[in-house]
Amino acid sequence: MARTLYDKLWDSHVVKARDDGSALLYIDRHLLHEVTSPQAFEGLRLAGRSPWRLDANLATPDHNVPTTDRARGIEGIEEDTARIQVQTLDENCDEFGILEFRIRDPRQGIVHVVGPEQGATLPGMTVVCGDSHTSTHGALAALAHGIGTSEVEHVLATQCLVQKKARNFRIDARGGLAPGVTAKDLALAIIGRLGTAGGTGHTFEFAGEAVRGLSMEGRMTLCNMSIEAGARAGAVAFDDVTREYVRGRPFAPTGEAWERAVDAWRDLVSDEDAVFDRELVLDAAALQPQVTWGTSPEMVADVQGRVPDPADARDAVQKEGWMRALEYMGLQPGQAITDIHLDRVFIGSCTNSRIEDLRAAASVVRGRSVARRVKQAMVVPGSGLVKQQAEQEGLHQVFLDAGFEWRDPGCSMCLAMNPDRLGDREHCAATSNRNFEGRQGHGGRTHLVSPAMAAAAAVAGHFVDAREMTGGAA
Amino acid sequence: MKAFTTHAGSVAPLDRANVDTDQIIPKQFLKSIRRTGFGDNLFDGWRYLDEGDPSKTPNEREINPDFVLNAPRYQGATILLARENFGCGSSREHAVWALEEYGFRAVIAPDFADIFHNNCFKNGVLPIALPAEVVDAFFDGAAAGLELEVDLPAQVVRTPDGAEHAFDVDPFRKRMLVEGLDEIGLTLRDAEDIREYERSRRERAPWLFDAIC
Ligand code: SF4
Repeated sequence: MARTLYDKLWDSHVVKARDDGSALLYIDRHLLHEVTSPQAFEGLRLAGRSPWRLDANLATPDHNVPTTDRARGIEGIEEDTARIQVQTLDENCDEFGILEFRIRDPRQGIVHVVGPEQGATLPGMTVVCGDSHTSTHGALAALAHGIGTSEVEHVLATQCLVQKKARNFRIDARGGLAPGVTAKDLALAIIGRLGTAGGTGHTFEFAGEAVRGLSMEGRMTLCNMSIEAGARAGAVAFDDVTREYVRGRPFAPTGEAWERAVDAWRDLVSDEDAVFDRELVLDAAALQPQVTWGTSPEMVADVQGRVPDPADARDAVQKEGWMRALEYMGLQPGQAITDIHLDRVFIGSCTNSRIEDLRAAASVVRGRSVARRVKQAMVVPGSGLVKQQAEQEGLHQVFLDAGFEWRDPGCSMCLAMNPDRLGDREHCAATSNRNFEGRQGHGGRTHLVSPAMAAAAAVAGHFVDAREMTGGAA
Repeated sequence: MKAFTTHAGSVAPLDRANVDTDQIIPKQFLKSIRRTGFGDNLFDGWRYLDEGDPSKTPNEREINPDFVLNAPRYQGATILLARENFGCGSSREHAVWALEEYGFRAVIAPDFADIFHNNCFKNGVLPIALPAEVVDAFFDGAAAGLELEVDLPAQVVRTPDGAEHAFDVDPFRKRMLVEGLDEIGLTLRDAEDIREYERSRRERAPWLFDAIC
């Protein structure tokens, strides 16, 4: 029978199907960070259990690490609780023998940037992590999703998860994206159409010309935001772009094993006549740069568009949600998106902190400077290696010359667990993935955009179509 | 795992759709390395007027009198009534730990976000999806002090007038909850199957077992 990519990934990992419809699913790669793992390690200790397979695990601290003054290492974390959490990860990895990229290791970074960068995430794998943006790794034709802490413990102890298969959902993005329209815009447009619960119970497969035309970084951005449309996992079929991305990565197979692996990976595509439970067809060629105006990623508009009027909501629940969002965001119905002024700009997060993202932002910023009304604009690379690469290309100088801060890798202002955060009522153009109330700081107002759009907003002091600054190029 | 069979309790209505886990337990409380201590900060940004900080004790906080859980009539409620897509966003299990510690044993909503839904079962909190009309009717009744009885073995929610509303629950998860089983212990009974899977998978895809160290 014809199978989807997800069907194939699922089938090849079923250890045992149980009578009650659940299955024991084997996990190839488990990524850990400091926030969702301490209770899982504690659980193992209390039950006297040890990890099933040490070499399937890889850890790095990211949520709590400061993005300045990395030279001081763990001592540089001012807040006691945050420092203890990072220290606890170090101690747990030591005690159990798990490979960890520590705070001063150049390979440290946001766990979803680090996995693919190291070749620790490979096509055909199942990848889990106690973090909902684990969906990112699906870009490599892997089955990847976030789990809770109890499941972190379960994976550590058994290398398996008890799962029920999700349904198949294909997102067919037809036509190529216009120059200057990015994977982030595509992701936001999809979420705008489906709503934040549109993909609940499904696994996405992103397909179509627009997706095939994306780089690996772009595909990661797209898969990253699957969870914002309710789908725990999203994936892209294997192709030459995937192969070339993986080739030569530190943990990727080499020599004969590489050839054998690539042969196997070629099958990581949906069969021609595979059936999907649901499908969304999207005219990707018509998409414009996107900006979120509200407190949910589905509250999104074209940069040339306007903040909607709650009177136009489809039902009472949506109307209520829009009204609450407008109030929280301090916006008026009908206000032009380009009339939203910014106090801070954040370029970073597991969605958009890879080298390509930094290049896109730098190309807008080059030769320009951050608008005076913007109090702070910062660039936070996704990993130490991304940072190194950017510095080799001189991108850091472009940002610094324009008045951006050039930081060390971590989650930073994406969720503001470290000292990087918004003040009350401050508007921020952010390349991250969540604009929930208070996400970037108490009372903070987040607008999600692509790196080029965030850079353009930093320069203009308000939202503007980035293509006006780059002459239409990306 | 904490068992759940039947539970009777009063209902607190939270009339908002798409309540995300950042609202259920804000990030500044995720720095704990323990599983407990989250109840006082459940819905922190809505429940208090001042900005929450792990160093503040509840009696130093400024209560938001307009937030529904602060209303005297909902004190002691053990069933949370919510709207669509409850628990969306981050995978933080701390959200369920906070609900549980506050005293909620069940959450009733039209539907739930997947990861949150999954996390509930691991902590003896039952997420119950009921049709939107039933949820609407419960919202109407909540202000007057609605009491409900949740019967997991029978998979029904009973109202005081004896009406029963059936709900779906995955058979595996139901069994785990009703019997209060240790899921890891149960999986480890299949250890031989896991080893066998590894043996055959290693033959077909040896690169998956190359150590990363
Ligand atoms: S960058 Fe943001 S979304 Fe990504 S893992 Fe870190 S906190 Fe989560």
